[in-house]
Amino acid sequence: MGVGLALDLRHGCVDINMGAGGLASERLLQELFLPAFDNVALQSLGDGAVVPMPPGRLVVATDAHVVSPIFFPGGDIGGLSVHGTVNDVAMMGARPLYLSASFILEEGFPLADLKRVVDSMAAACHEAGVSIVTGDTKVVEKGGADGVFITTTGVGMVEESVGIAPDRARPGDRVIVSGPIGEHGAAVLAQRRELGLETALTSDTQPLHGLVAAMLESGVELRCLRDPTRGGVASALNELARASGVGIALDEESIPVGGEVRGVCELLGLDPLYVACEGRLLAICPADGVERLLQNMRAHPKGEGAAIIGEVVEDRDRLLVLHAPWGGSRIVPMLTGEPLPRIC
Amino acid sequence: MKWMDEFRDRDLVVSLLGRIDTACMDRRYRLMEFCGGHTHALYRYSLIEALPEAVEMVHGPGCPVCVLPAGRIDMAIDLVRHRDVVLCTYGDMLRVPGGRGESLFSARASGGEVRMVYSPLDAVDMAERMPDRQVVFFAVGFETTAPATALALDRARALGLRNFTVFCNHVLTVPAMRAIADDGEEAAIDGIIGPGHVTAVIGSEAFAPIATDYRLPVAIAGFEPTDLLAAILVLLHQINAGEARIENAYARAVTAKGNEQAAALMNKVFALRQCFAWRGLGELEASAFKVADEYAGFDAEQRFGMDDLEHADHRACRCAEVLRGQMQPRDCPVFATACTPEHPLGACMVSSEGACAAAFRYEHRPAEVEA
Repeated sequence: MGVGLALDLRHGCVDINMGAGGLASERLLQELFLPAFDNVALQSLGDGAVVPMPPGRLVVATDAHVVSPIFFPGGDIGGLSVHGTVNDVAMMGARPLYLSASFILEEGFPLADLKRVVDSMAAACHEAGVSIVTGDTKVVEKGGADGVFITTTGVGMVEESVGIAPDRARPGDRVIVSGPIGEHGAAVLAQRRELGLETALTSDTQPLHGLVAAMLESGVELRCLRDPTRGGVASALNELARASGVGIALDEESIPVGGEVRGVCELLGLDPLYVACEGRLLAICPADGVERLLQNMRAHPKGEGAAIIGEVVEDRDRLLVLHAPWGGSRIVPMLTGEPLPRIC
Repeated sequence: MKWMDEFRDRDLVVSLLGRIDTACMDRRYRLMEFCGGHTHALYRYSLIEALPEAVEMVHGPGCPVCVLPAGRIDMAIDLVRHRDVVLCTYGDMLRVPGGRGESLFSARASGGEVRMVYSPLDAVDMAERMPDRQVVFFAVGFETTAPATALALDRARALGLRNFTVFCNHVLTVPAMRAIADDGEEAAIDGIIGPGHVTAVIGSEAFAPIATDYRLPVAIAGFEPTDLLAAILVLLHQINAGEARIENAYARAVTAKGNEQAAALMNKVFALRQCFAWRGLGELEASAFKVADEYAGFDAEQRFGMDDLEHADHRACRCAEVLRGQMQPRDCPVFATACTPEHPLGACMVSSEGACAAAFRYEHRPAEVEA
């Protein structure tokens, strides 16, 4: 392919030269990435980005994305790679500001697909009010990766008064989830060709910093926030219980799970509690503020389905315990190396 | 959701639990759920804790991964390592350690072609697409998965495929149930919850000898909370009345005769092995399928001249007693100490349907290990 020609964004493919730092790399940058992620810091094309910072404390988070298939109902790897990191920053109570993005592309990956992914990232950034200010692209030989892998790092600012941390849950606190669980993981799994399922499920992938801001505005003390991505609600709450040295008692009946998610989970033998969400959060707050917090969440479009699902309890063993509607309970443990497909 | 919510209805479950409580006389009831899927469901729906104390659930051997001897896994690994085949199997099989400590996962990590499939027909498709590769389906399971393997064999023959074979490890439910019943006093079981999916294939009449020869009541159950509780209730009624019958408490899926089409297909493509060595239960006569002579060209054991490999179970492991219902998982000396799902010594800890894995997952409170 001649280096002087424009990229063929309709029929062209990623070739190995595009990651070599030469003219082909330059062309990919000028014709694909820069127009999509248009912003001053990026246009300067320095080795790094120089950006202004508002007052407060800095929050940094990073997330790698390898989802398969890269296009799934309700989203794609591009939007997901923005939401994933924006949400990690937001879970610290921070306002996300800037992202970096690094792409690992597989030789032969269609440029039309890459453009779709990049446009979706740009749209997600626009919605979240963040800019991609620096980035990198590498190309590996065919078979060396699966289409495209994207790693994003996010920077945000958190106010001095916010003290959200995984070790702050206390007995008596309440646990809230912001909406129905498992929709991202179930939508991606159902999409797999080999399963041949047809569902109307769509991923819940969305940015949550606006919801977090609304929660902070309620004035209720937020002790812990976590987005239950890989490993789902069960893994996220186990991590919080361990970090805080407490147990968590979940009320099975009050956990919102949609009908289709339950259906897909039944078919595949999965427990929805372990299925990933990409647009939900878990919050732990003191009992006396929980109704006010819930009200604020439900008033926000991204928290309409919020529900109280459990309570923090004293437990030397720091376990997550699920209580059945008919009495009886069971432990919901951390996963032990179960082979889960790539869903984020 | 239709066909699900009505069987998990809180009021119905509470009412059934109440009726079970009322049915309990002044004695203990030891009931075995044969099927690993039932074991899992009993834990998952917190029923073990919700049942009256007088009812003790004893876990049975109905977990295909658990009863497969470690040597058979080694045989499959050798196929991948030394015969350069593409080995297809169900996801559950990948993690199971063989007798040499290796699993199909580790065989794959070191370059072997091991693929996870949801159906053996996917393996047939793969063989069609890759005519220059030998594709082997590593078939495991009771009469639930055997019809799908039978279908794959039949299809491969119809297509005239020369690069598809089955490494057949299908085992049969009734001989295993007889082996448990033969233990008599050792297991001291008062009644059996029969496997729902298996019985949908073989029919509830297949269990008649268990009731007549051993005077053990059998209730066939589905996998929802109300299914299991209804089966437990009818067992208690029979036990209280001193009766021993086959009762179908899963009528929406199970008939007396079963799926005769599936049975006919299995009869066509499979033949009984004279003997098969089960993990935990030992050598049982006429308890497993092999590929029938008419389908010999599709039998991996013949195509690749596979040698039988045997491997003794870990000495400290009490899998055999757990599988026979003579020991609860927590009473095994290595349970949750040397044997955990991450480092399983015995097969019952490997599969999610294994009794030890279920007990570990749902009721084990780990001792404080971190500072």
